[in-house]
Amino acid sequence: MASVKMPQLGESITEGTIARWLKQPGDQVKKYEGLVEIITDKVNAEVPAPLAGILKEIKVKEGATVTVGTEIAVIEESVTATPATSAPPSKEIEEVQAAFNAPDAAASVPVAGPSSEGRTRLSPAVRALIEEHRISDAELSRIAGSGIGGRISKKDVEDFVSKRTQPATANGEQRQTAAPPAQSAPTAGTTVPLSPMRRAIATNMVKSKQTIPHAWTVAEVDMTNVVRFRQKAKDSFKLREGIDLTFVPIIVKAVVEGLKAVPVLNASWSEGGVVLHKDINIGVAVSVDDGLIVPVVHQADRMSISGLAKAIDDLAKRARAGKLGIPDVQGGTFTVNNPGTFGTVLSYSIIAPPQAGILAMDAIVKRAIVVEGDAIAVRSMMNLCLSFDHRVLDGVSAARFLQGVRRWLEGFSDQVPLY
Amino acid sequence: MAVKTVIEAIREGMDEEMARDESVFLIGEDVGNRGGVFLASDGLFKKYGELRVIDSPLAESCIVGVAIGAAVNGMRPIAEIQFADFIAPAMNQIIEEAARFCYRTAGDFNLPMVIRAPWGGGVHGALYHSQSIEATFGHIPGLKVVVPGTPADAKGLLKAAVRDPDPVLYLEHKRTYRLVKGEVPEGDRVVPIGKADVKREGKDLSLIAYGLMLTYCLEAAEKLAAEGVSAEVLDLRTIKPIDQAAIIATARKTGKVLVVHEDNRFAGIAAEVMAIIMENAFDALDAPVMRLTGPDVPAMPFNHVLEEAFMPNVEKILAKARELAAY
Repeated sequence: MASVKMPQLGESITEGTIARWLKQPGDQVKKYEGLVEIITDKVNAEVPAPLAGILKEIKVKEGATVTVGTEIAVIEESVTATPATSAPPSKEIEEVQAAFNAPDAAASVPVAGPSSEGRTRLSPAVRALIEEHRISDAELSRIAGSGIGGRISKKDVEDFVSKRTQPATANGEQRQTAAPPAQSAPTAGTTVPLSPMRRAIATNMVKSKQTIPHAWTVAEVDMTNVVRFRQKAKDSFKLREGIDLTFVPIIVKAVVEGLKAVPVLNASWSEGGVVLHKDINIGVAVSVDDGLIVPVVHQADRMSISGLAKAIDDLAKRARAGKLGIPDVQGGTFTVNNPGTFGTVLSYSIIAPPQAGILAMDAIVKRAIVVEGDAIAVRSMMNLCLSFDHRVLDGVSAARFLQGVRRWLEGFSDQVPLY
Repeated sequence: MAVKTVIEAIREGMDEEMARDESVFLIGEDVGNRGGVFLASDGLFKKYGELRVIDSPLAESCIVGVAIGAAVNGMRPIAEIQFADFIAPAMNQIIEEAARFCYRTAGDFNLPMVIRAPWGGGVHGALYHSQSIEATFGHIPGLKVVVPGTPADAKGLLKAAVRDPDPVLYLEHKRTYRLVKGEVPEGDRVVPIGKADVKREGKDLSLIAYGLMLTYCLEAAEKLAAEGVSAEVLDLRTIKPIDQAAIIATARKTGKVLVVHEDNRFAGIAAEVMAIIMENAFDALDAPVMRLTGPDVPAMPFNHVLEEAFMPNVEKILAKARELAAY
């Protein structure tokens, strides 16, 4: 017997949620074969079986969250060569007798017993109905299966649909979808169940805000040069590289330069001291359907703008496709967030522990600005908002970092190499 | 419409066809003055004479062989095999000659002949008087196999079989002969070969059967209705060519199908019906397709208790249907 434990999926991760068991008790598992899907706030990961054998027991149910190191399953190691146990000689006779005793029952169709997967196994007809009537997972979970082992039958779904579309009945039975407009009483809202990712984000954010003394500072950056450059270069870049040249890799490049100049922001707090990281690994926040993932561009300090663009594009695509691996979300030392896409002008981001800072790029907007010689000019302006861990550094270092980033961006020209 | 038994309907069908067409004649053991062991041809000898109602020797190969020769020469013989169990000596004539004649002659010759054979158990007939042969012959290309279960279908399908240009194996379940009564439409009504018939409409599950099992399934459906389960009953009527469209339609309608036959289980007609459903209606299924059949044992036992154990009956159908309904 060997126990399978909740793995540590990233250094800041202390717990994981079981999304789905890919094997059920009694199933044969091969070494390295996918055993279970685990969700953390960073990643969905398929955890492979550590050894070959038979899955004996599942200790943590789907949807449950446990701390790293908790035993989640037990695998019985398979013996490579099964010892040739002498088959009981009466087996054949028993089979023959069984065939005579119960000619029909002997080969009756196996029906879904009350197994753990019986609940989720849906017949083709049921699947078709679910699709036809757009029944959500939440609704499906409310349908009581009347079939053997709690199986949801076609009839169960049909009954559910007919009730769903019926107006509220006269006997006062209320349906969720047919609630009559009450006079002035507030309409009750609906509770959206927490996805494992939602829960993980919540836990992590609370932990961050409760342990890290956040400080916040904003710099205003004149992006006119960058905007002009990008305008000029983007078509040929797209043609050459096959991806869009967005502002993100340029900002990330500026951040990398800023972190090089102010290494104390590329660091982590620990009771033993401030850990200064050698590599500059930039996390880039990507919004996905049910939340947010922050994949990491590793060793961003060794990349050109073009290299960053490609790395970020690849990570974002894989994040949205749910195809990120554990290394893709591990090891971030600083995070860049881009709420500006949606027109925000001042964003107060929460630091992802154990990092020391997160930078939000807000919207680039054209504004009338007083420039040299007291002239008024139309410039493309952007706010860079920095949240930092005040335990690790002070306002001076933060301001110096922002100043470095600002100067790098404002000084942008054709001379800055893309490659 | 008059209520008749299956045996009366068959006799009437033969009588009308012989009256309609002079090339139709009957040949078999004891079919003449004796009128057949089940009295299927009772009175026909007197009416049509010894040239059109011919008593044969006890030799099935001869009965079918003579019929083939006559059919090649433009006659429309009805060959009676006294019990389906006795058909084995005529296997060579049926499979090697009759079934392949049209193919072998590249369509130059058809064999418009009918082979009638009483089949099935539940009559204390034991080993030599109870067999089901529909799967065996249904497997042979070139043969048509019909299995009526009601008097109206028995008469209508007999007429269709006589008029068909190719050999038709007409299987009449001997237990239904006098057990099953029903209204038979007056006049010259032909039931097309290859068309199944929904004998009872339902929406929760489908029972597919033929022959005696049709009657049992209809009884079971009635009892199921009392339990709140609406069962559709599809009568196949023809084994070959099988009515795929009707099978698919009922499977799609209810999503739950039980196929019933008394023939042995292995490679029986149920297996074919189930395959048709899986190939064509999988996406509409709400449960595994189920079957209730006779067991894979050599023969129907004579002992009453064992015969009951062999035969599917209303109670067994009910039990299986409840299992299906509950799935």
